[in-house]
Amino acid sequence: MKRYVGILSLALILLAGAVIFSICLGSVSMSPGEVFRILAAGGGKSTHAKILWEIRLPRVLAAVILGGGLSVSGFLLQTFFQNPIAGPYVLGISSGAKLFVAMTMIFLLDRGMMITSAGMVASAFVGSLMAMGFVLILSFRVKKMSMLVVCGILIGYICSAITDFFVTFAEDSNIVNLHNWSKGTFSGMGWEQVGMMSICILLCVAAAFFLSKPMGALQMGEAYALSLGVSVKRLRVALILLSSLLSATVTAFAGPISFVGIAVPHLMKLSMKTAKPLVLIPGSFVGGALLTLLCDDIARSLFAPTELSISSVTAVFLVPVVMVMMIRRRRTE
Amino acid sequence: MNLHTENLSVGYGKKVVVDQVELTLQPGQIVTLIGPNGAGKSTILKTITRQLDPVKGVVYLGEKQLSTWQEKEIAKELSVVMTHPVSPELMTCREVVSMGRYPYTGRMGNLTAQDNEQVEKALALVHGEDTADCWFHELSDGQKQRAMLARAICQQTEIMVLDEPTSYLDMRFKLDILKVIRTLAVEEKKAILMSLHELDLTQKISDLIICVDGNKISDIGTPEEIFTGNRIQKLYKIDEGCFDPETGAMFLSKEEKSPEVFVIGGGGAALPLYRKLSRKQIPFVAGILSENDVEYRVAKAGAQQVVAAKAFFPLGQEKLEAAKALLDSCKWCVGKVRDFGPGNMENQALLAYAKEKNKLISEEELWQR
Repeated sequence: MKRYVGILSLALILLAGAVIFSICLGSVSMSPGEVFRILAAGGGKSTHAKILWEIRLPRVLAAVILGGGLSVSGFLLQTFFQNPIAGPYVLGISSGAKLFVAMTMIFLLDRGMMITSAGMVASAFVGSLMAMGFVLILSFRVKKMSMLVVCGILIGYICSAITDFFVTFAEDSNIVNLHNWSKGTFSGMGWEQVGMMSICILLCVAAAFFLSKPMGALQMGEAYALSLGVSVKRLRVALILLSSLLSATVTAFAGPISFVGIAVPHLMKLSMKTAKPLVLIPGSFVGGALLTLLCDDIARSLFAPTELSISSVTAVFLVPVVMVMMIRRRRTE
Repeated sequence: MNLHTENLSVGYGKKVVVDQVELTLQPGQIVTLIGPNGAGKSTILKTITRQLDPVKGVVYLGEKQLSTWQEKEIAKELSVVMTHPVSPELMTCREVVSMGRYPYTGRMGNLTAQDNEQVEKALALVHGEDTADCWFHELSDGQKQRAMLARAICQQTEIMVLDEPTSYLDMRFKLDILKVIRTLAVEEKKAILMSLHELDLTQKISDLIICVDGNKISDIGTPEEIFTGNRIQKLYKIDEGCFDPETGAMFLSKEEKSPEVFVIGGGGAALPLYRKLSRKQIPFVAGILSENDVEYRVAKAGAQQVVAAKAFFPLGQEKLEAAKALLDSCKWCVGKVRDFGPGNMENQALLAYAKEKNKLISEEELWQR
């Protein structure tokens, strides 16, 4: 049996375990048996059933879907830029999304309207495409990838600065929502949101999966991909659209989540010992889901009832991974 | 399938690098581009492999313009190996090679038994079986380049474009790869267009040589036509004495100085001395040699002047006088001839003359001074 089949199965089993564990975990503790009973009954009238069905299950599913989507997005960007530390957060895409969400939120609240999930996704998508567009334009001028990453970080700073500007002049009541959002959290997820994000993310991941073959060729470099019959230009557009759509969806629903997009594809590559997109797209999805879910468990239970922002947990665990990765890469170059 | 260009100008964007590129590639033919660095060899190859758009003109693949072909279909007709080895992460050598099957595999790129057979065949052809399961990024440049060639081979195209395929290879692998290329052309009737820096190998492998000289194609011809006279020296803008078109040997250029040592040689005995004198940049003259002496070319390349007689003619009195005059202007004379006979009696006389003038010393004495 191939190594990656084993790793993928293991990750899936762990994910299933983590989902059950996460549902049980919380201020109102439940046993796995109780969880299974409520799930089998499809809800119920008891308090436990309500907590499970309306709070914990949507949250756990959101963490699974968004975490998976985020790391697939990272994998697509890494293939696109042929750089292992490309990721939605590093390239300023999350910050661009945040800027637009902030602007839309404040604009609508001023007119007495609440922003809908669809509106959030739309504005985050526009924002991340804008930031991505900037990075893309730069990528044609700046040939060195390390410079490109620096540019991405700078774009992130500019977006944050403009966001701060808007926030400063907005009314306090308006920014509470934005503040909560921008910390990055899975709390307060409802079924409606879970449904929407599932559609967006699963569609994108499926589309990415069907691009596995040309993506594999692109890993050989653009020139060789071209000589093998890949329409490189079209593939690049598809990759950028899919990864932007993925990271936009994640950012819209959960706020900016750092480092999952960079670190997870790398961890999966190392453990599966391959870089084949055909294996790594599902691998990254499951791995990202698992890691994000566990980070969310830590975020909400470590100092309960106070919740940490999800990014502070992912950063603590994943920054060392990214650092090791960069050092190793330097050595092999 | 053949490939030809019409009115082609290649370059970057609007900037033309090489104008009027007219080339035709027939099945079974090896066409080699040569020329100095930056002359535009790679630019031509990049245009033909669609990495660059033509500035002007058209590339035809078969009867149809290249730009009207489907990308997938081109990939079945034309494969590429480039100078710089790529380093995709976490791919085994075999995985890299099997990328060549891309145009033939299905939607998800899974290899069939037949695909695998082609991969193994290509690996065997370049002697890459031993490293097939190693990580590609851990291979040496030479092994990488052979794998890239195997990848192009199992792409099963009728045309192969190779940009300096031997650049990173040591002698053995250079010969190996060129032998494989030769086999592909002769036995499988593949048309091969490549650029090479090794002139001696170019001369041996090519059916047709195209000289790319900065902004134009300066010469097209068979190796026998190109490697004559000073055509190569002119192409690379080097002194005529620095290159020997018949053997492909190169020599370092010498400075014009008045000679200090006269070397009496012939038959190959003085070859090491010529080389050592050139290396130490001691100006010397040599004589009297016949033009078909084995020493002649090396002496000619290194010495300020060579007193030489026409091939198959006796050295003659006239040359002896010329040699004596030259010897007078030198400080020392070293005699390296082992045997004297009817063909080099004049050298014996010259040696006696040097002794008489008290200039004759041994090689050891020369280095001591």
